[in-house]
Amino acid sequence: MTLWILVLATSVGCYALKVLGYLVPARVLHRPQTRRLVELVPVALLGALIVVEAIADGSRLHLDPARLAGFAVGGVAVWRRAPFLVVVLAAALTAGLVRLA
Amino acid sequence: MRRDAVGVGLAVGAYGFAFGAAAVSAGLSVFQACVLSLAAFTGGTQFAVVGVVAGGGGAGAALASGLLLGSRNTLYGMRMAPLLRVRGPRRLLAALGTIDETTAMAQAQQTPALARSAYWWTFGGVYAFWNLATLLGALAGSIVDPIRFGLDAVVPAAFLALLGPRLRSSKLDRRIALAGAVIAALLIPVTPAGVPVLAATAALLLAVRTRGQAS
Repeated sequence: MTLWILVLATSVGCYALKVLGYLVPARVLHRPQTRRLVELVPVALLGALIVVEAIADGSRLHLDPARLAGFAVGGVAVWRRAPFLVVVLAAALTAGLVRLA
Repeated sequence: MRRDAVGVGLAVGAYGFAFGAAAVSAGLSVFQACVLSLAAFTGGTQFAVVGVVAGGGGAGAALASGLLLGSRNTLYGMRMAPLLRVRGPRRLLAALGTIDETTAMAQAQQTPALARSAYWWTFGGVYAFWNLATLLGALAGSIVDPIRFGLDAVVPAAFLALLGPRLRSSKLDRRIALAGAVIAALLIPVTPAGVPVLAATAALLLAVRTRGQAS
């Protein structure tokens, strides 16, 4: 039940945020500083999400060798400017193989 | 443009498959995973919400991090509105497709006509691939344990791939990302799941402080 509320609220909320962009006049973000700040929100969040997904299990630290190895190889792929598909496959393959070993 | 569209489609397919599997492994039903992809239709945000659920976080924290991350689509919409010049029901449809990939593809074109064409084609392709892949990933995830196939490594690597271009773009971006990461890492053991990501927005204070020199 809670999951359904979350799914529907996320769906409605995300769609509303998109529609909002077409409704507000462009001058709202005319100040470059304001726009820059809004553009930086996902940067901070992604930085946090990467860490949480890499080293956390719920609310405790969990350093899983397979996950970290896969993430590291994926990270090298990103650094080498590999296409998104290569990054995803390299990370999955590495973690899967380490788990097999 | 067409080759780019195929490339984007394949990448989105892989990402969507991973999302479907992650959603089911977090406890969502196949149907719930598909509703998110059909209606929310914004990849990183969907991953963030499902990630908080998987970590045992509350619905409020999950929704808040999802909406914060989804707010970038508002900016995209403001950029696309004058370019697409859509009215009425078409505007509601255009809004649904306003995400990273479609905005980037449209803005890479030389003329407004090409930009509009790129926007709608990318939207169509990504929407089809993303939703089909979500369904397949969710079905696969309910048959086998996706963690065995390295799904848990895919999620942070995919987030890093999304962040990659921003890390290259400016020093301020790198500092904000790093600060967000440090805040989250420090808070993981002491706060409920979901909170570390929300608290990472405090990293934006760096931008306020250095605003004058940054741009």
